[in-house]
Amino acid sequence: METLMCLLVGVLFTIGTYLILTKSLLRIILGTSIVGHGVNLLIITMGGLKKGGPPLLGLKNLTYTDSLPQALLLTAIVINFATTALFLVLSYRAYIVLGTDDTEQLRGKEDE
Amino acid sequence: MKEPNDIIIRSVAKVAVVIIFTFAINLFISGHHYPGGGFIGGLAFASAVILLFLTFDIETVRKNIPLDFKVVAAIGVLIAVLTGVGSLLFDVPFLSQSFGYFNLPVFGKTELATAVLFDIGVALAVIGTALTIIMSIGDDR
Amino acid sequence: MNNFVILPIIIPVIIGMVMIIFRKQIKLQRYLSLVAMAAVGIVTIYLMLQIKSEGIQTLHLGGWVAPFGVTMVVDMLAALLITTTSIVAFCCLLYAFRTIGKEREQFYFYPLFLFLITGVIGSFMTGDVFNLFVCFEVMLVASYVLISLGGTKIQLRESIKYILINILSSFLFLVAIAFLYAMTGTLNFAHLSLRVAEVGQGGLMTTVAILFLIVFSLKAGLFLFFWLPGAYSAPPTAISAIFAALLTKVGIYAIVRMFTLVFYHEPEVTHLFIGILAAITMILGAVGAVAFWDIKRILTYNVIVGVGFILAGVASFTTVGMTGALYYLIHDMIVKALIFLLGGTVIYLTGTSNLRDLSGLIRLHPQLGWMFFIAALSLSGIPPLSGFLGKLFISEGTFEAGYFWLGAIGLFTSLMVLYSIMKVFMNAFWGYTVIKEEEEQGTTAGLLLPIGILTALTIALGIGIQAIHAYVDLAVEVLMNPSIYIEAVLGLNPKP
Repeated sequence: METLMCLLVGVLFTIGTYLILTKSLLRIILGTSIVGHGVNLLIITMGGLKKGGPPLLGLKNLTYTDSLPQALLLTAIVINFATTALFLVLSYRAYIVLGTDDTEQLRGKEDE
Repeated sequence: MKEPNDIIIRSVAKVAVVIIFTFAINLFISGHHYPGGGFIGGLAFASAVILLFLTFDIETVRKNIPLDFKVVAAIGVLIAVLTGVGSLLFDVPFLSQSFGYFNLPVFGKTELATAVLFDIGVALAVIGTALTIIMSIGDDR
Repeated sequence: MNNFVILPIIIPVIIGMVMIIFRKQIKLQRYLSLVAMAAVGIVTIYLMLQIKSEGIQTLHLGGWVAPFGVTMVVDMLAALLITTTSIVAFCCLLYAFRTIGKEREQFYFYPLFLFLITGVIGSFMTGDVFNLFVCFEVMLVASYVLISLGGTKIQLRESIKYILINILSSFLFLVAIAFLYAMTGTLNFAHLSLRVAEVGQGGLMTTVAILFLIVFSLKAGLFLFFWLPGAYSAPPTAISAIFAALLTKVGIYAIVRMFTLVFYHEPEVTHLFIGILAAITMILGAVGAVAFWDIKRILTYNVIVGVGFILAGVASFTTVGMTGALYYLIHDMIVKALIFLLGGTVIYLTGTSNLRDLSGLIRLHPQLGWMFFIAALSLSGIPPLSGFLGKLFISEGTFEAGYFWLGAIGLFTSLMVLYSIMKVFMNAFWGYTVIKEEEEQGTTAGLLLPIGILTALTIALGIGIQAIHAYVDLAVEVLMNPSIYIEAVLGLNPKP
């Protein structure tokens, strides 16, 4: 299962990298969000996939899953959510103000 | 602006929004011992409001819910942090939580925990942030 | 347990949130932000005295003891940096009052500024890697908004690049954390240090260490600084000054913490690598500083040289080198804010940042000119100003470690820094006065106070270095002996 997950992470990273390297801003944002999912999967895989019951009170399990990666994951998802949203808003504004979403034209000149 | 005329989504939304609100509150309450909690409850709550945005337009909803959602988020974070500060008064580490059992008139023996206060803060912060984001993208034309 | 430890983080958060509620009262926000910074400074100085008498102060949040919970740790290094942060932030705020403009003020400038400071202070104080990530993000999200606040074309363009770079480096950070967790099963700095010492820093562990180094290099502007000149020259002066003073320093702090506390077993690989990167950074930064004729560009490239120089001291990994790095870190925070404020004032007065269009400002603004002169000397490490001792110790450290090339490059680039900053001074302040007082775009009223405070501080730090000598020594002692830190966090005789 871990191997499969690692392959999936690799696929997500590949797609994400491809999208980030394109010119359109929207694709870049989609790319970052896909890489973000890859990273989240990597964290949960690296922490070890399910080996015991859910780490909740009131359940009579002998072993519990390590809850730390899940806590990390939740935090990472929230932060990812916030930055992606901010990035979207900003690039929308940039598109309105600058009139382009082509990164080639966003490069800017030296003297301005 | 042209008046939208989506009978189906309007009639569905009127029922669905109430159900989502209830479910959000359920998620929030159950978060103390079971899956759920302030974050997911807040998101569900925000999704109901977003459904309202989609069904009726943003102006109508804002007229009926005259809140600045940035302030909601700020109040949420303040509540969350201040519950942590509360533990400074009792000389225990910051963010310490405690709980106790109380006999309430209607509910009988009930567990009340300070973690819920923290969670209310989280929920408000999530609702405020999510709606601020949606509105700052959607409001602009 | 010491609840004072959390105060430097939560004071700015609480005050920032209160400010969002009172959005319209700009005056109130100004006073509150100053009060917040002053309070943080006072609390930290109190903490510093406590650390001096009782050792490192820790706080396990919610009573969950390390390594299971979130731990806040203030050692002398963190306390010194937080104090400097609060002073620099105070001065930048004073400067912002006059220059930032009403529109930005109403669009949550002060709350965002405080959140930025929260993130910076949190990064200095945190006791585990993941919390470091969270604090980085708090800082970065605030900086994303601050850099684009006002929404001019150039700001929007640069902010997109800045955000993209930082989002990617955050992902790399998470990848590094995931690998580290898989290999050690913990994320607490002290516990990590024990585990890594126990398992041994093999090839795989060193690879993870290098991955961390890449992440922090992106944030600090060590070698991977391609995003920095654009991003730091886009926003208004007060914001770019606080960025130059603090943001790269957080990356440096993370490198220092990681490579003295956790990955210190293979200095001939990791620290040599840091040294090589530092050397390249210094050379490229100095070339950039000498080449450009634009004030903002020259100053941003000087930031890069500073980063390289501090990390040269870290790379030497000797007590002297570390002491130098620490002195220079504190000096750099102050003097970079100072020089950015000064450069920004010149641009604010004349409306241009091109050195070829400037001349003879010293006749109109003698105080400004002489303060620029002092800042320039301090920046290049002329005694008796604050940069001198750091420079001396770093050079000594690199020679002691046998990295003669590194020390030589450091000294050579200081000359180039001196040249580049003197170029600004000679062109902007000397020569014929081409601009009349009436033609100026603004006045220096109120701007001289924050600049004066910082100038006085750099002189005082140079002359009165004895006063903080004991504190810096304490900080370096912890850096060179990880066991002190580990004992403070995990208690005596910790189990690995």
